[in-house]
Amino acid sequence: MAEFAFEPEPEVRLAPGETVKEISGRSPWRIAGRRLVRDRVAMAGIVLFLVIVIISFLAPVYSKHIAHTDPFNSNISGTTVVDGKTVDVVQQGGGGLGLGETPIGPTWHSNYFLGADNQGRDVAARVLYGGRASLLIGVGSALICCLLALVFALLAGFFRGWFDTIVSRVMDLIWAFPVYLLAITIATVLLTTPGGVKLWFIHIQATSLWIPTLVIALIYVPYVYRPVRGQVLATREKEYVEASVSQGASNLRLMFSEILPNVSSTVIVMFPLMIATTVLTEAALSFLSIGVQPPKASWGTVIQDGQGLLYTRPWVAIAPGIMIVLTVLSLNILGDGIRDALDPRAKVRVRE
Amino acid sequence: MLAFIIRRLIGLVAVLFTITVVVFLLFFATPGVDPSARLAGRNPSPETVAAVKHEFGLDRPLPVRYALMMKRLFISRDLVSYGNQALEVVPAILSAAPVTFSLVFGAAILWVIGAVAMGMLAVTFKGSFVDPLLMILALIGISMPVFWLGEVLNLITQDRLHDTIFFRWVPPLGYVPFTQDPWQWFLHLIIPWITLSILYIGFYARVLRANMLDIQNEDYVRTAKAKGLAPKQVLVRHVLRNSMITFVSLFGLDFGVLVGGGALLTEVVFNLPGVGRLTYNALTQLDLPVIMATVIYGAFFISILSAIVDILYARLDPRIRPA
Repeated sequence: MAEFAFEPEPEVRLAPGETVKEISGRSPWRIAGRRLVRDRVAMAGIVLFLVIVIISFLAPVYSKHIAHTDPFNSNISGTTVVDGKTVDVVQQGGGGLGLGETPIGPTWHSNYFLGADNQGRDVAARVLYGGRASLLIGVGSALICCLLALVFALLAGFFRGWFDTIVSRVMDLIWAFPVYLLAITIATVLLTTPGGVKLWFIHIQATSLWIPTLVIALIYVPYVYRPVRGQVLATREKEYVEASVSQGASNLRLMFSEILPNVSSTVIVMFPLMIATTVLTEAALSFLSIGVQPPKASWGTVIQDGQGLLYTRPWVAIAPGIMIVLTVLSLNILGDGIRDALDPRAKVRVRE
Repeated sequence: MLAFIIRRLIGLVAVLFTITVVVFLLFFATPGVDPSARLAGRNPSPETVAAVKHEFGLDRPLPVRYALMMKRLFISRDLVSYGNQALEVVPAILSAAPVTFSLVFGAAILWVIGAVAMGMLAVTFKGSFVDPLLMILALIGISMPVFWLGEVLNLITQDRLHDTIFFRWVPPLGYVPFTQDPWQWFLHLIIPWITLSILYIGFYARVLRANMLDIQNEDYVRTAKAKGLAPKQVLVRHVLRNSMITFVSLFGLDFGVLVGGGALLTEVVFNLPGVGRLTYNALTQLDLPVIMATVIYGAFFISILSAIVDILYARLDPRIRPA
């Protein structure tokens, strides 16, 4: 009889500055966790993202207790105090030929910190509230998208056959549309349905954040589905899955205990990058006025409000854009960090 | 080669057919969505709606409607917009396409040069401050919403610094056809080109750098170094050339999407009457004939470009010649 000797994985990838001793005997997740925590840049990304999340969710506190403004009702005839003088929030004149109305610019203190938009609403408070909506939609749609893609990829890759064919064709079809055009098509159809969308027992109002969330989740499903399905197909053929089959494991057990843990790292790496993408997409849709609907605000809608005031009150458009850049940047940095933690590039042979 | 082309053409027709059917169904079979209500104007009486339905053929069965629309689009080529009866769909697209082409071609040139330069610099100076600095810049580039970047550039070049020596040359927003005045065409498009290309420069520079670093560990690179090839030669002839495989396939797909209407945000911000803006306006007005035509146009370019990518792919890498 041939002798079998169990060998450890012949090739293990080490992160820069890591020794074999540090990772031997630890589970892959713990090793990745350690690497991530030690990655200062990735940690900075997490902190920045969390700070943005926290201040966005403190929006009601800010508008009520610091700014003392209502960011959802127009306040055209309101006043504020600048340098001890009472000033109109929306001043007459200042437009072309001295006509029209000009909202107040940044006061740089609590009340109307970044000025007002042309409805006399506090821009700083709207940016924070907008952040709440943008983050909810971004994280929510990335979550739904990844979950849908994971479920379909597991089922299609595991059972193959006609189910795989149908799902993969549908994914190819979504893939063949330019993403923005598909998003605009679906969003327009949903938004113009009078009285909101009715699907069986679910009823979604046109102003609901669910519409942009679902639209964005749907259009990106193939981008997660494709790589995960490929991995499921490959993992299915591995010896340990066969071993599990020979022990009489059920299909469910095979899918969730054997295959899922081995493809989940792909989804985890993609997740922050998906949020970055969905936040940008939400902003674009809202900018085109087919994302978040008034009176609700999101970073995209505030930028759109600011478009008409671009040359007179540029901060209305600039501030939410900076928030988007910081959010997406932090998520991209975090995504890079997670990818490096799970699969560092430096290949080192482990043979001691 | 011929078999390859024929296979691609059949695939293209299949994709176009499915996409148009899906768009068609989205508009006519979604419960509650009814283009005729919009066509009939504000608060129409049921009679007006019925008359409008009859006039546009919306009271016919769905397959007949689909066939009629395709016939008017491809055979008689006299399909008109729902919203504006004087607007013929085919000429509208033909006049918008050069705008989009001008925008995307210029931006593509910028982004290929920019990305290759940044990627090569980052790899050459790996280990010094240049590499992380370039990569942070690239990361910021891919984190900016393109429409916001366009607005900020507009703010600077059209207003705040317009009267300074740097931006005095920037013409007002809009488009001048190349055939009318090449110099003005060029001037009008410089800022849009920069805006559109920044995202792609960042993205491609990152991809290229990662690829080149991977390839530097390959055996054939070691062989090339061992036989005494100059480092510059190794970098360009072996590392860069092999990294370009991914680059080219990504480029083809992105280029196709942009030419097919994906540049609409840039077109909206810079007031360029291109295909993206045409599609967007049609979509928001539920103007199905224009949507159908622009979607077909877009999918056509995306499919063509992906076929070209496959051919180029084979030229760059002899291992993947189509059988």
